[in-house]
Amino acid sequence: MAKRTIIPFGPQHPVLPEPIHLDLVLEDEKVVEAIPSIGFIHRGLEKLVEKNEWPEMVYVIERVCGICSFGHGWGYCKSIEGNLGVEVPPRAEYLRTIWHELGRIHSHLLWLGLLADGFGFESLFMHTWRLRETILDIFEETTGGRVIFSVCKVGGLRKDVSNEKLAEIAGTLDGLEKELRELTQVFLDDVSVANRLVGVGTLTQDEAIALGAVGPTARGSGVNNDVRLDGHGAYGQLDFEPCLEEAGDCYARCKVRIRELFQSIGLIKQAAAQIPDGDIAIEIKGKHPAGEYVGRMEQPRGEAYYYSKGSGQKFLERIRVRTPTNANIPALVKTLQGCDFADVPMLVLTIDPCISCTER
Amino acid sequence: MANLKIGKMVLRSLFKRPATLMYPTVPREWKELTRGRIEIDIDSCIFCGICARKCPTDAIAVDRNAKSWSIARMGCVQCSCCVEACPKSCLLNKAGYTSPDTEKVVDTFVKPEAEPGSVVDS
Repeated sequence: MAKRTIIPFGPQHPVLPEPIHLDLVLEDEKVVEAIPSIGFIHRGLEKLVEKNEWPEMVYVIERVCGICSFGHGWGYCKSIEGNLGVEVPPRAEYLRTIWHELGRIHSHLLWLGLLADGFGFESLFMHTWRLRETILDIFEETTGGRVIFSVCKVGGLRKDVSNEKLAEIAGTLDGLEKELRELTQVFLDDVSVANRLVGVGTLTQDEAIALGAVGPTARGSGVNNDVRLDGHGAYGQLDFEPCLEEAGDCYARCKVRIRELFQSIGLIKQAAAQIPDGDIAIEIKGKHPAGEYVGRMEQPRGEAYYYSKGSGQKFLERIRVRTPTNANIPALVKTLQGCDFADVPMLVLTIDPCISCTER
Repeated sequence: MANLKIGKMVLRSLFKRPATLMYPTVPREWKELTRGRIEIDIDSCIFCGICARKCPTDAIAVDRNAKSWSIARMGCVQCSCCVEACPKSCLLNKAGYTSPDTEKVVDTFVKPEAEPGSVVDS
């Protein structure tokens, strides 16, 4: 019988941008069990709802994550807007959609870079992040921030973007798309990349459903769970199909994210062409949230939900955010069982873990 | 084929301008909207304290009696909430981030009685 060894993985590890700890139980080189533990970067952001009034709380919720920050701000606003029963002007919904999709491109490019770095392809990592800069520059030009934007507020937006600027962004994305086609071909066709990804960490469709996987992790296994299909924001007016792959391995998850890059570029171009003129925010005065509401968002990593409970006061009673990595950890533990020890970094990376989100 | 593609990309970048800046010798180009740091026109301030109440990180402190306004630079998250809330529009965003430091810097601005605004560092 093979000897059992327990190897600690993380919280500090070269492939982990954020701390998560896994106790890997090995039999020779095979992982037989993985026990995750989190709690290294809990910041108590939800608790801050007791000392920040609900209009200012959006700046705190945006800081749940530094990569999908716009989406978190939007999700919180959506939850409060639902609670108050207010409608956001259509132009604000379109601009929110554009920024959110730009955030998706930036998040997926960041992840592709980390993946390339994870399997030791340094030049691919550098070029991926070089292209990501284009998106960060667009953010800085339109919002004033590169990572945290602070443009979303309950009832609409704080900043408008001119139609000329939107046309310019669409032009920039045309150039980016051309370079991305060239770059992503390496992820899809290169033999050394395929050796690390194809057939590794397969999650079947049934397992993905049973374990409640979300986002590209589930879509790589053929589960159609794209929350954008419910038509929130401007998604109802835009034409798109969710990117699904059937294989369920690391390569399929990578492919889903690559296809989503081009899908997001297409969505931004459509939204920039269709955006209506008008106000970007409505004024909310003398009203406070009283009741419960749950808003759902499709973040780059998957479905996130935002629960808010108010009592008609300036301070909310409760905010609860469930983030996609939280939902994907059971799927990660499942795929780790039976994999080679050398594949563990790839498996951890392909759920695109965002531990700051998970712990808040 | 894929190796050829990345090879082409790498070769092309050899003959292009570097994508990175030689920090800190080459100064960064700021965009028009960049939220770098908060500045105050202390002469116009009426010390109402709305900015301090709105600040999500409690980085701003206002003392009405001493006529002083102070900001914890490392605590400020540049959300511009105070800039929007200021009834006298005396707060503004300026380009350029707070410099890295080994201490948590607090900048205090005191309104002089007769003379124009002066800055007192603590």
